[in-house]
Amino acid sequence: MAGNPEPPARRTVRAAIVLAATAIAAFGLVAVVHEATRDRIAATARARELARFDQVLGGLLHDNDLLADTLTLRDPELLGTTAAVTAYRARLHGQPVAVVLESVASDGYSGTIRLLIAVARDGTILGVRTVSHHETPGLGDFIDASKSDWMQRFTGKSLGNPAAARWRVRKDNGDFDQYTGATITSRAVVGTVGRTLEFFARHRDELLGDELPAAPATIQP
Amino acid sequence: MTPAAILRAGFRDQNPGLVQLLGLCPLLAVSTSLGSGLGLGLATLAVLIASNGLISLVGRSLPAEIRIAVFVLLIAALVTAVELALAAWLPGLHAALGIFLPLIVTNCLVLARAEAFASRQPVGNALLDGFAMGGGFLVVLVALGSVREVLGRGSLGGDLHALLGTGGPTSGLHLFGEQHGFLLALLPPGAFILLGLGLAWRQARQAAAS
Repeated sequence: MAGNPEPPARRTVRAAIVLAATAIAAFGLVAVVHEATRDRIAATARARELARFDQVLGGLLHDNDLLADTLTLRDPELLGTTAAVTAYRARLHGQPVAVVLESVASDGYSGTIRLLIAVARDGTILGVRTVSHHETPGLGDFIDASKSDWMQRFTGKSLGNPAAARWRVRKDNGDFDQYTGATITSRAVVGTVGRTLEFFARHRDELLGDELPAAPATIQP
Repeated sequence: MTPAAILRAGFRDQNPGLVQLLGLCPLLAVSTSLGSGLGLGLATLAVLIASNGLISLVGRSLPAEIRIAVFVLLIAALVTAVELALAAWLPGLHAALGIFLPLIVTNCLVLARAEAFASRQPVGNALLDGFAMGGGFLVVLVALGSVREVLGRGSLGGDLHALLGTGGPTSGLHLFGEQHGFLLALLPPGAFILLGLGLAWRQARQAAAS
């Protein structure tokens, strides 16, 4: 392109300088935009999480900041993931009234299904929502609350209701109707919710904190 | 090139979706509804106009060895900026587009226009080309998204409320229940078949015109 040929060494140096300058300019642009949007993105993410908590808690009264009251847990067998999982505690007047757990169903039809499960202190499910999934659109996406109300069937259930052995889809002699045409997805979700309840039962004291009042809580799910 | 010729090329004669077949991966993957097609189309349009303008300014003075590297750096920075801006102001749209938003960097349409057009043309032409090519891509995305949504879900614009961040459980037209939808239309093979029909339609029109 250049009319007068320049020595190769100079040409290389010039190319390197231009490339470095571009990299710095590109970095600068991203840094400025990142700085300008950081607070807004954090606030949006927070609002989205809180909205999700409100959905799974089903309107249960609490007065603390769930995002600031967390526990980190690890239980690959029951929670479906080897990574640390965060549990969020909902409190009213300082007393824990419910725990919101993140569970992962890894035996779905396609990829992992991430669930958010709210359990009241008496072990009753307040609500289950799907956080993310890759199930087939139109078949397996009934677990999305915006597509179907199938997930509502867990609300009010607990490990005694039905019994632990009945936490399966009907096809496997359980108590839960599988969604027609998507048995694998249904099985994965029912199994995961059941295992999360077992996890809650096993770790109840840790999850609900130290200051356990003697009186049984009365919770309207 | 005259402005009219640039516009004709982008929207019709060299349409990225129907003629050049550039950027097919996002085109087929994201066009499951009118809303997501529109969202990705607008994001690509914005990136394309900005990258074309920027590259037209710096392109001609670049040593040949690093042209492509510089283009990719600039495009990547622009896409990241657009992604952050969407996450901040239109979180619904950001969530709906998911991985395909950062992947605009690898959309060959953007790099192809930078290399083949913007780096050799004055800024005005380059901006107009970005608008025309991005607009042509947007039209195909929206058309394919609308057809797939109507066939597969029985609705049109049913997820626009999520993209715009407005409240309300639903939006758009609902023609029939989702359970009666034609599932194939929502899956990748359906996207290929429908795009193929679009290509055939264009070829037929061209053959009839000549």
